[in-house]
Amino acid sequence: MLGVTPVKQGLHQKKEGTYIRGVTPLMRELKKNKILFLMLIPALVYILIFNYIPLSGLLVAFKKYTYADGIFGSPWVGLDNFKFFFMSGEAWTVTRNTLVFNTIFLVVGTIFDVLAAVLVSEMSGKYFKRLCQSFMFLPFFMSWVIVGSIVYNMFNYEYGVLNTILRFFHIQPIDVYNMPKAWYFILPAFSIWKNIGYNSIIYITAIMGINPEIKEAAEIDGANIFLRIRHITIPHLKPTIIIMTLLAVGRILRGNFEMFYQLVGTSSRLFEHTDIIDTYVFRSMISGTDFGMVSAAAFYQSILCFVIIVFVNWCVKKYEPDYALF
Amino acid sequence: MNKIKAVDKIVFNVISKAVIGFISLVCLIPFIMVISGSISEESEILRNGYSLLPRGFSLDAYQFIVQNPRSILNAYGVTIFVTFTAIVMALFLISMTAYVLYRKDFKYRNTFSFIFYFTTIFNGGLLPTYIMMVSYLHLKDNILALILPNLINVFFLLVMRSFISGTVPESIIESAKIDGANDFYIYWKIILPLIKVGLITIGLFEAVGYWNNWVNAMLYINDKRLYPLQYVLYQLLQSTQAYAQSMADTGGSGVQLPSETFKLSMTIVTTGPIILAYPFLQRYFVQGVTIGAVKG
Repeated sequence: MLGVTPVKQGLHQKKEGTYIRGVTPLMRELKKNKILFLMLIPALVYILIFNYIPLSGLLVAFKKYTYADGIFGSPWVGLDNFKFFFMSGEAWTVTRNTLVFNTIFLVVGTIFDVLAAVLVSEMSGKYFKRLCQSFMFLPFFMSWVIVGSIVYNMFNYEYGVLNTILRFFHIQPIDVYNMPKAWYFILPAFSIWKNIGYNSIIYITAIMGINPEIKEAAEIDGANIFLRIRHITIPHLKPTIIIMTLLAVGRILRGNFEMFYQLVGTSSRLFEHTDIIDTYVFRSMISGTDFGMVSAAAFYQSILCFVIIVFVNWCVKKYEPDYALF
Repeated sequence: MNKIKAVDKIVFNVISKAVIGFISLVCLIPFIMVISGSISEESEILRNGYSLLPRGFSLDAYQFIVQNPRSILNAYGVTIFVTFTAIVMALFLISMTAYVLYRKDFKYRNTFSFIFYFTTIFNGGLLPTYIMMVSYLHLKDNILALILPNLINVFFLLVMRSFISGTVPESIIESAKIDGANDFYIYWKIILPLIKVGLITIGLFEAVGYWNNWVNAMLYINDKRLYPLQYVLYQLLQSTQAYAQSMADTGGSGVQLPSETFKLSMTIVTTGPIILAYPFLQRYFVQGVTIGAVKG
């Protein structure tokens, strides 16, 4: 481990420290760790350009944006864009859908992930276990475009597998693209399907971290495996579950854009129930309609997300400081 | 006593194997359906629809791709170039930054860490980035538009930082400094070799992310020559006919277009490398989740 590459002597050997007293601490640090600062610059420039400067784009929410005038040149319109967004009725629909779907994903997803993790880690049969885990992890690596293709293959009205099966049993074929409610099952199903491998590994890792002596002691005391899971494994998973839930709650207003866009696509008959803030913003954006209103929607989402995450973190800090995110 | 224990274990194992086996099958079946669809006979599909098992057997869809390889090869080229370049750039930036933020003698490391972390809790979303990319950086129809957005993933950055502090003992840095090595030299010659596993793991996750990305192409690319694989597939799924036309525009194709099975065979062709590499790389991914999970 410590067989470190021999380091050349005399490289940049410089006396530092004493002679710069009196300069501000930042300057002193800058001088002392010049190279470290230089090494930080590329990444700092990157997030400045791609994260911090674009925040000024949020101003567009208060402007009548035109390409010609740009962000700063366009005229102010106050809260008109917001008024427009909220009056259109879309605001409520997309907010509700985003919240409803994310809540379903969170609750049902966590149940499945934890269940899979507990079963996998306690069961015997090394090879069977490994094989199953490989299969469960596989969907995680597929792009949502591929999943879109799979969904098409399954639910396509004319040729889809589902309707082939229904026809085989002489049942009337169904067109899920005309049944908005069906997507309350389809979307969570695919969300779980895609993420169960990844998320269950997180929980399996937590389970493997449990001190085996506790389980052995319980076993000697006569607790059967179900009791051990109920009273040892699950309580030990609590911190992980809480942290994962917090992360998800912090993102509860950010929808999984790729999933909704690929699976629902442009089937506008479903939008009433499946349009989320992210797809709404994206569609309005590429269709080049009113940029001001789009940014009002984006602004609204960003601010609410921020408020929620800060609030959640504040609550956590108050009750369980160890679990706080920041 | 022994008997009772054995019974509860047997019951548990039966239940868990049944449930996990079922979940695994559900995870696998869609892929089987796509594969069997892609090698089915088009006429059978049109008559009877897709099924779990192939209907008839025909490689026409694949033959069509082989005979009109230009756009798919081009897309492969774009995707490979983008993925490779992005991994190299991202790993360099992430590991170097993580190293600086890990250095305990770097006084402002917490401040800077927060500057990075803040972007995950507050960001403007898609629109401001879009305006930046298009109106200010003028990256429309530029291959950089497929590489630059989300190049530095802050989550990976923090994971990398905790990976370094878990792997590299403080004393190595100190002794190297005493020997007179400068900070970049320490990073390049000492840290990088020690964090190889972390680099591979994060690199693989980046690779999957870039390989699967289609949003950037949709937003920023109009030039067909710059379409990456997933976007080509996406367009194809939207309209087979129009797509096949443009694919075959170089000359007459020998095979008539089997449009239904064609969609699925293209799905297989674009995912191929990931599926092939998956068994060999899986353990790195599992490791990666674990590294990330420790951080929480």
